[in-house]
Amino acid sequence: MFDNLTSKFSGVIKTLKGEARLTEDNIQEALREVRMALLEADVALPVIKEFIARVKEKAIGQDVMSSLSPGQALVGVVHQELIAIMGGETVDINLATVPPAIILMVGLQGAGKTTSSGKLAKWLIDHKKKKVLLVSCDIYRPAAIHQLEILAGQTGADFFPVHPGQQPKEIANAALDFARRHHHDVMIMDTAGRLAIDEAMMQEISELNALLKPIETLFVVDAMQGQDAVNTAKAFSEVLPLTGIVLTKLDGDSRGGAALSARYITGKPIKFVGVAEKLTGLEPFHPDRMAARILGMGDVLGLIEEAQRGVDLDEAEKLAKKMKSGKGFDLNDFKMQLQQMRNMGGMSAMMDKLPSQLSHAAQNVKMDDKVVNRTEGIINSMTGQERAKPEILKASRKRRIAVGAGVSVQEVNRLLAQFEQTQKMMKMMSKGGMAKMMRGLKGMLPGRR
Amino acid sequence: MLSFIKSKNSPAPTELAPSSWATRVKRGLEQTRNSLGRQVSGLFGGGRIDAALYDELESILLAADTGVDATTWLLDELRRTVKWDGLTDAVQLKGALQETLVSLLAPLERPLDTGTNKPFIIMLTGVNGAGKTTSIGKIAKYFQSQGKSVLLAAGDTFRAAAREQLMAWGERNNVAVIAQDGSSQQKADPAAVIFDAINAAKARGIDIVLADTAGRLATQLHLMEEIKKVKRVIAKAEPGAPHEVLLVLDANTGQNAVSQVQAFDAALGVTGLVLTKLDGTAKGGVIAAIARQRKEGPPLPIRFLGMGEGVDDLQPFDAREFVEALFD
Ligand SMILES: Nc1nc2c(ncn2[C@@H]2O[C@H](COP(=O)(O)OP(=O)(O)OP(=O)(O)O)[C@@H](O)[C@H]2O)c(=O)[nH]1
Ligand SMILES: Nc1nc2c(ncn2[C@@H]2O[C@H](COP(=O)(O)OP(=O)(O)OP(=O)(O)O)[C@@H](O)[C@H]2O)c(=O)[nH]1
Ligand SMILES: [Mg+2]
Ligand SMILES: [Mg+2]
Repeated sequence: MFDNLTSKFSGVIKTLKGEARLTEDNIQEALREVRMALLEADVALPVIKEFIARVKEKAIGQDVMSSLSPGQALVGVVHQELIAIMGGETVDINLATVPPAIILMVGLQGAGKTTSSGKLAKWLIDHKKKKVLLVSCDIYRPAAIHQLEILAGQTGADFFPVHPGQQPKEIANAALDFARRHHHDVMIMDTAGRLAIDEAMMQEISELNALLKPIETLFVVDAMQGQDAVNTAKAFSEVLPLTGIVLTKLDGDSRGGAALSARYITGKPIKFVGVAEKLTGLEPFHPDRMAARILGMGDVLGLIEEAQRGVDLDEAEKLAKKMKSGKGFDLNDFKMQLQQMRNMGGMSAMMDKLPSQLSHAAQNVKMDDKVVNRTEGIINSMTGQERAKPEILKASRKRRIAVGAGVSVQEVNRLLAQFEQTQKMMKMMSKGGMAKMMRGLKGMLPGRR
Repeated sequence: MLSFIKSKNSPAPTELAPSSWATRVKRGLEQTRNSLGRQVSGLFGGGRIDAALYDELESILLAADTGVDATTWLLDELRRTVKWDGLTDAVQLKGALQETLVSLLAPLERPLDTGTNKPFIIMLTGVNGAGKTTSIGKIAKYFQSQGKSVLLAAGDTFRAAAREQLMAWGERNNVAVIAQDGSSQQKADPAAVIFDAINAAKARGIDIVLADTAGRLATQLHLMEEIKKVKRVIAKAEPGAPHEVLLVLDANTGQNAVSQVQAFDAALGVTGLVLTKLDGTAKGGVIAAIARQRKEGPPLPIRFLGMGEGVDDLQPFDAREFVEALFD
């Protein structure tokens, strides 16, 4: 799918090259592809329709930068518009009230409410030094309350014990009283999963909300959710004054179009994303990464940004082509990649541009700018033949290179291992597309949950 | 969502309250009884087949999560039928599309036969929160009501209270649950728990073992390795087992369900699907894409549909019912 899209877009880009201004005509084909991309990413149909109309309005008449084709320029507009809709900037959690600040977690069954409650507690304890109380009023799902109790134990948050037979409203009242008496800064209320069409359950959550008057009512959305995201988002936002969204399971390979649907329909910001099952797997939301992920084209977007920043586009395109073919990726290319990386503002700047799931994985691959310099030094000490055919590098050659670069032989070996990994990744990318590569990246990291 | 049945002058589509699958099925069947043709033509006035009509059908399919690829294929098939059969009005067109879908999905209607082995070992897998544990609770009841004895294996040793959740389902159904000792501090090996459960089932002459496993995303390579190992260990406990590898899919899932099937099938050799949460407003149309996914061999059968959180909310898959609900 990824291959598909990217190649489709490159096709569009080609056909549009050499025009100076975006017009209704020259963006039509590209817009069709954008629609497909959004559909494949699970953005809901009604949202796509409105989005395309917006993009069209913004795009028509725009000048095309000399270094870009109209197709690339359009993708740029699409990307910017996606970012704008999804919030532009990261929005912090709101705790500005008389304590306890109450956070109500709501959403469909299995979306990740309980896990996110635990994660949020941990985040508030670690990052904001808050005293947190975790409460569950999920009296329906077997062992749901016990699940939260275990998570509370793991985060160091307090847990509000529930007696058998207690009803959600009783639990809420008692917990509120408890939190006040024990001076908790924050009280997180986990609730049972519910369907938007379950009137009794929607009535219940509405009453809980009225009773607790939470400062945050967070709508928990599974990143894998499809078209129905609009219906649920609409129904929940009609019954509850939602204040934000938590997008879960972003560590998977879904494209996450539900993020856009839910954001669009509720009008509320995505405040956090879940990126792992473990309790540290909660991160602030980055609209730019999400936009790239939904479009499924981190690489194309990267090119556009680079063009705008004045990086040698031809070199980058050459490399991208070589990457795609997976053929003949040698140490020269590796070096070029390192240089490009430095031109683009170093490794850390690069990370910000990757689609979120990739950059999340890549963060764990230790490689800072100093390492990049040393690596380059090592490659510089190699002969042309050695760079083109790394397989001829045996012990004696390695020793020579190490001496030349002023490093140890181990470091040369490390570089070669790294190169091989990269090469493998390139191959994977050419064979199975981005999704496979992401999986590959994760597999290279030490096993963790 | 956009509903075909509604005429052009009906209220704006977004105003329509979405209905659950169960209601849709019921309504769908009623419609068949009242002669679908008359109802539709009443609103549509036997309208002509034009591009707008195709667009509308496309919207219905896409909004049901059928996906670009399967939708394109279905509409191409439809155009062919229109040409061959010389269809001329809107009502016929809708009927033809439904028939195309029914014939695409009918091969998925293959119920599970558990009579081939004793104990018959069923392993459930899937992404996080899809409904594995709950489905086990319902499937246990389903087989029990057929007079079969069932045993549950608490193979999710990872998620908080997963074990307790399954034990609660065991209690509800009054069936034994083999789990790791609750007092043990260390997390047990899921394969070991299931291994023990199979041996217990053999010793007790149980008919069916349902093994729960922890939810996992296919991107978590080490967890995909772990589940492969679980399967290998099951085969050690009982040669030829597991006899069924069920992949549980959430009907709310969009196109990622296609990748889920692919990844879990590659790792485990999936033999059947369970589609859950159809009592909500999601239509689960992604199974049309899944039905077209396998290039060699028959498509994966859908063994059960999950229709709620209660122990009886389980149904076998019926392609025609499903398609009718999709269009409502
Ligand atoms: N990989 C991954 N798994 C997650 C994430 N968030 C939650 N999960 C998993 O998703 C599953 C469901 O999570 P829960 O927290 O139980 O979901 P819930 O919304 O409370 O479910 P109900 O209370 O039954 O409605 C569990 O297996 C969690 O471990 C995430 O960000 N990434
Ligand atoms: N409405 C509805 N809810 C369901 C259905 N099946 C499961 N659920 C709910 O979905 C949530 C998750 O179900 P589980 O059975 O815990 O899912 P799981 O796949 O075992 O989850 P993990 O083990 O955490 O990966 C629970 O709240 C269930 O009650 C269904 O058919 N309809
Ligand atoms: Mg929960
Ligand atoms: Mg489970």
